[in-house]
Amino acid sequence: MTFPNPQDVREATAARQGSGPAISPAASPVVVEARKLSLVYPTADKPVTALSEVDLTIARGDFVSLIGPSGCGKTTLLRVIADLERPTSGHIAIEGMTPEQARLKRLYGYVFQAPALYPWRTVERNVMLPLEIMGLPKAERRQRAREQLERVGLSGFERKFPWQLSGGMQQRVSIARALALQPDLLLMDEPFGALDEITRDHLNLHLTQLWRATGKTCVFVTHSIAEAVFLSTRIVVMSPRPGRILDVIDCDSLPRERTLDIRESPEFAAIAHRVREGLKEGHSYDD
Amino acid sequence: MTKSALPVTVMTLLLLAAWYVGAAWLNWPQAAETLARAGKPTAFADVLAQAYAMKRPILPTPGQVVVELWNSLTGYAPTSPRNLLFHTWVTTEAALTGLAMGLVLGILLAAGIVYTRTLEASLLPWVIASQTIPILAIAPMIVVILGNIGLTGLLPKAVICMYLCFFPITVGMVKGLRSADPLWLDLMRTYSAGGMRAFWSLRLPASMPFLFASLKVSVAISVVGAIVGELPTGGQAGLGARLLSGSYYGQTVQIWAALIMASLLSVALIAVVRGLELVLLGRAGAR
Repeated sequence: MTFPNPQDVREATAARQGSGPAISPAASPVVVEARKLSLVYPTADKPVTALSEVDLTIARGDFVSLIGPSGCGKTTLLRVIADLERPTSGHIAIEGMTPEQARLKRLYGYVFQAPALYPWRTVERNVMLPLEIMGLPKAERRQRAREQLERVGLSGFERKFPWQLSGGMQQRVSIARALALQPDLLLMDEPFGALDEITRDHLNLHLTQLWRATGKTCVFVTHSIAEAVFLSTRIVVMSPRPGRILDVIDCDSLPRERTLDIRESPEFAAIAHRVREGLKEGHSYDD
Repeated sequence: MTKSALPVTVMTLLLLAAWYVGAAWLNWPQAAETLARAGKPTAFADVLAQAYAMKRPILPTPGQVVVELWNSLTGYAPTSPRNLLFHTWVTTEAALTGLAMGLVLGILLAAGIVYTRTLEASLLPWVIASQTIPILAIAPMIVVILGNIGLTGLLPKAVICMYLCFFPITVGMVKGLRSADPLWLDLMRTYSAGGMRAFWSLRLPASMPFLFASLKVSVAISVVGAIVGELPTGGQAGLGARLLSGSYYGQTVQIWAALIMASLLSVALIAVVRGLELVLLGRAGAR
């Protein structure tokens, strides 16, 4: 598999963004802003607080990981940003808009835990699906789909059906599908959670290169400490019952350009240690 | 294929042997009486030969039925009422028209039920009640009512077929339209796709395997419906008419030939549905 030269892709992206509806990098440096955000699910016995007074600011171009044990609200927070869930109180803005406005403007691309490809569509037609809904002409749909599939290293698989691909390849198709919308904001919910460690390392490397090449803002949910430290510029440590933010860790000590080797560096170990301490603090063994 | 050829052949031969034994047993008294009355010898071999050669046997032999089929199919032009193909076509026409009507009605009802909660509560009991009425009881009523408003020939029969067909299609499509994975639906939401778009691009294609399962049931009962619909019309044309006139004149060989033709028709139509399914869903469905 070959990766496109980041410089080429960056130029290509910049050229396209000039003509597209995308927000120029000169706009506000804040992409996501949440203040005292809470979400309570009513259940049969007692209400469950999925998010409790969450404050979070995500700057343009950041790669932010949300990490924490199951039930800490990391997926819920991502779904609130995507307007797939409505908060019960507090304030949240995406590019200065409500999440609903942002969703209607198709400002973000969402990658789910499972590839969620439509089995009756070929790989190419899966990537073209959001473009069909946007109403793009057929030639442009096909061209964009080919570009994105090439970007995730799946050229030549356009005519295959999802079941003919491995799990890792399917998840790359779903990333290509999210990128086809050319969003500035990429929301990813444990996209590599179901994959084996070797495939995961490979895709993490791929993802960090993609992020550097495109300059997109990424919000990434994970429960792997190594994955979070490897990918992120900032790590948000969350804790369950009620879902809340314990710590926000800057990864400035790591270079923006990452290779798998940095995982052996003392800086990497220091950040991983701090994440682990944060997770330990929020974990109670009495339940 | 070759593995199953031997057991299938053995089973077929056993069935044919049982049929011959049954024909001898059922026709024996009549055959013995005929020979005795004519003053002919009544040894075992003589009676057996007579039992297998009667003009109006209680149970004709497979050989007699095949000869009758052959004579009818090859002895007259396909447009002649003495050719079974003519009758088969009349029945097929009604069955397929009814199936098409049932398909439209079934899908519309299913869409209504899936999208409108009040329809589910108000309509579903009636849909189920409609199938508890024996078709033999309601078929003459349909013929009489439609005949009274000037509709005769194909349409009353097609309406009877529709009455039988829509039910499996409604049941299958209700399940099919609800079969879309929650992630697939979330994906549509992230594209801010409207209800119609989600129906055409997601719910309808997701329901296709269910539709084909229902169609295989519907196509067979549609043939039954067409035959039942031909009985009260007095028997001018169609396999049902052929059965009726056969029973008027005690032409059991003719009845059996029509029965065999009807089952061959159902088998052929199911094979067509299966073929369509393979062409339309084959590659995508192979998981």
